[in-house]
Amino acid sequence: MTVADAVFYILAVIAIVSGWRVFRTDSMVRASFLLLLSFIAVGAIMLLLGAEYLGIALFFMMAVEMMVMALFMVMFMMNPAGLNPMNMVHQPRVAIGAGVAVFLVLAAVALFAQFPRNSAPSALDPVRSLGRELLGDSMLIFESAGVALLATMIGVVVLSGAGGRFGASDVGSRPPGLTPDAAPAGPPEQEEAASGGGHHGH
Amino acid sequence: MSLANLLILAAALIGIGVYGALSQQSFVMLMMGLELIINGVMLAAVAFWALSGGGVPEGQLLTIVVMAVMAVEMALGFAMVVAVYRAKQVDVADSLTGLKR
Repeated sequence: MTVADAVFYILAVIAIVSGWRVFRTDSMVRASFLLLLSFIAVGAIMLLLGAEYLGIALFFMMAVEMMVMALFMVMFMMNPAGLNPMNMVHQPRVAIGAGVAVFLVLAAVALFAQFPRNSAPSALDPVRSLGRELLGDSMLIFESAGVALLATMIGVVVLSGAGGRFGASDVGSRPPGLTPDAAPAGPPEQEEAASGGGHHGH
Repeated sequence: MSLANLLILAAALIGIGVYGALSQQSFVMLMMGLELIINGVMLAAVAFWALSGGGVPEGQLLTIVVMAVMAVEMALGFAMVVAVYRAKQVDVADSLTGLKR
């Protein structure tokens, strides 16, 4: 067993254990940092595999993303600081069964499928080849991803904005009544003051 | 560090992610399950690139595309969480009963 193998096994254990603990910790903020740890372990495995650019990009991307995630966790956290035990799950047995089934099927594919053994040549410069691909033959795909991200930004602003140009963003989103002129279907409205504005502080 | 070991690790991450996405009630925790699934997918893509695809550049490009998918999923997911919270004041999936019969 070489050093790279030993490092790989350590990183694999870190990735799996921290990924598992994400759903077992009591604090959502801790959960987001555990997920960050899992991603960093996977990024380090990518570095071991020689994908230098992708591994480092994953580090940076996940560091920023998990900071945003932690912020959202604080916003939506029902259990500050993890002081109380938290176990907010539904259909746990179905979920565990589905997770185990997915793992078994994919692991069987990994073990029994005959994949070609064709390692990357040691003389390959992965960063240079990726850059030539991104701005060469596959530029259309790369640019499409950029346009998709732009559309995402616009959609995020539209979705999360409190008030649109023509009034509150949830106007018209109430379901119609079950009979003509009936109250909207679904759960009864919350108090009107919450959506009436006045607490925005701008 | 064989291809099978890497793919089993990816399968474990995807399995844990499926469990989280199906079992968590809170929207944000549910999205962490989706993130773990994408984590496993990216690892599998890089493993195939390095050990089975002979280092063709399209393999790395695929991983970049998956990363873009992850960014889109995070951003739109959080935006929808905010929109749902604005409209209904709920932050758990069980409270969304609009389509329930």
